[in-house]
Amino acid sequence: MSITIATSLDLKGLSCPLPIIKTAKAMKVLTPGQLIEVFATDPGSVPDFKAWAQATGNPLVESSQEGEVFHFVLKKKEI
Amino acid sequence: MAAQVLVLGGGVGGTMCANVIAKRSGGRAHVTVVDATGIHVFQPGFLYVAVGQERPSALQRSEASLLRHDVRLVVDRARKVDPAAKRVILASGRTLPYDELVIATGSRTVMDEVPGARSAHDFYTMAGAVQLFKALEAFDGGMIVIGVAGIPYKCPPAPVEFAFLLDDYLRARGIRNKTEVKLLSPLNRAFTIEATSKLVQPILAERGIELTSFFNVESVDPMAKTVTSLEGETVSYDLLVLVPPHRGQKVIEDSGLGDERGWITVDKNTLKHEKFPDIWAIGDATSIPISKSGSVAHYEASVVADEIVAAIRGEAAPTHVYDGKVMCFLETGQGQATTIRFDYTHPPVSPRPARIWHWGKAVFNKTYWHTVPQGRLP
Repeated sequence: MSITIATSLDLKGLSCPLPIIKTAKAMKVLTPGQLIEVFATDPGSVPDFKAWAQATGNPLVESSQEGEVFHFVLKKKEI
Repeated sequence: MAAQVLVLGGGVGGTMCANVIAKRSGGRAHVTVVDATGIHVFQPGFLYVAVGQERPSALQRSEASLLRHDVRLVVDRARKVDPAAKRVILASGRTLPYDELVIATGSRTVMDEVPGARSAHDFYTMAGAVQLFKALEAFDGGMIVIGVAGIPYKCPPAPVEFAFLLDDYLRARGIRNKTEVKLLSPLNRAFTIEATSKLVQPILAERGIELTSFFNVESVDPMAKTVTSLEGETVSYDLLVLVPPHRGQKVIEDSGLGDERGWITVDKNTLKHEKFPDIWAIGDATSIPISKSGSVAHYEASVVADEIVAAIRGEAAPTHVYDGKVMCFLETGQGQATTIRFDYTHPPVSPRPARIWHWGKAVFNKTYWHTVPQGRLP
């Protein structure tokens, strides 16, 4: 099954907590169930996205790393 | 012929850089500082003004009194930098040419970027700090909320320090027991630096300061007295203190020297502009991923001064570069403080809060006027 990404954010080079804030802003306009992907280079973003997803209830569907780039996929929570 | 060195901004970085270049160039540079007000302001003191521990007048001196006699001061606002013609156009219409340009114009606060936030208090400008103290003096109990309305902002631990100093103030007034203090953090910790957050979080809890995680301020409703986060949470307040969003100066945006927020894009080690080799930037004005603080401006000023003096003397560029060094104090209230030290390759370390660091900060703040702007501290 292929998944469709509604929005993709390139947040490489930004340091915490900017990736979280930019992602939170971008998610505001998504409809529940839509996916957003984020590319970041701040190593702190790995625990931060995990904790943010848990705290806000927007599931972290994927968290991976390729070289120095971290890739996250988050799903907007169902209301 | 002497080289024309132009420094925009008479803050910590600009003043120190100008003085050091003039001193070390052996008469081979004509150094000019352009400052919009001609008044040098010690911004770390705003925090103390906001809780009534410092007078505004103690934080200001004339810029001319801090510059060497051979550094020229022009009180005017830089309107546009023209890198092709190597000149800067001032608000008065006057034009100043340069061989080497140092941009140390700092940042500006833009509370209006967040709907309703103009109604909130802040301690990021002198006027804001004075107003905030007036509001605290009139405050007689209720809910005080401290939040962050934009990233990046000057001095990452400042909201935490303010919470601690506020707690002291409320206790001294005898109204702490009828006041709740809530600190809204953009992350799941007190502030960005994890090691120091771990150290101060138990102290926040001990003082009864409630930490709310992942609260990135989106809007304020001054009528309902509520603040709402991007994450969808709403918190009520009686008195709201926000860290305003920050941007680089308009002259940077108008001159196309920075990113979309007006932060100047420089190499994080040499601090040289990525497009123009005769332009450097230091302090809050840059886009480099490091704290916006006076200590950073101080260390960067030293590096840039050495690079410019070497360029003027026709020597090879110095081997030492800016290594991301940051050193700052963090007040933890009740007469104690800690410090935070780190650089690009060493993670932050903080000692256990103690009286000595509080006194260290107090002594530094008083001796600043005779040491830092003159380049007497390495």
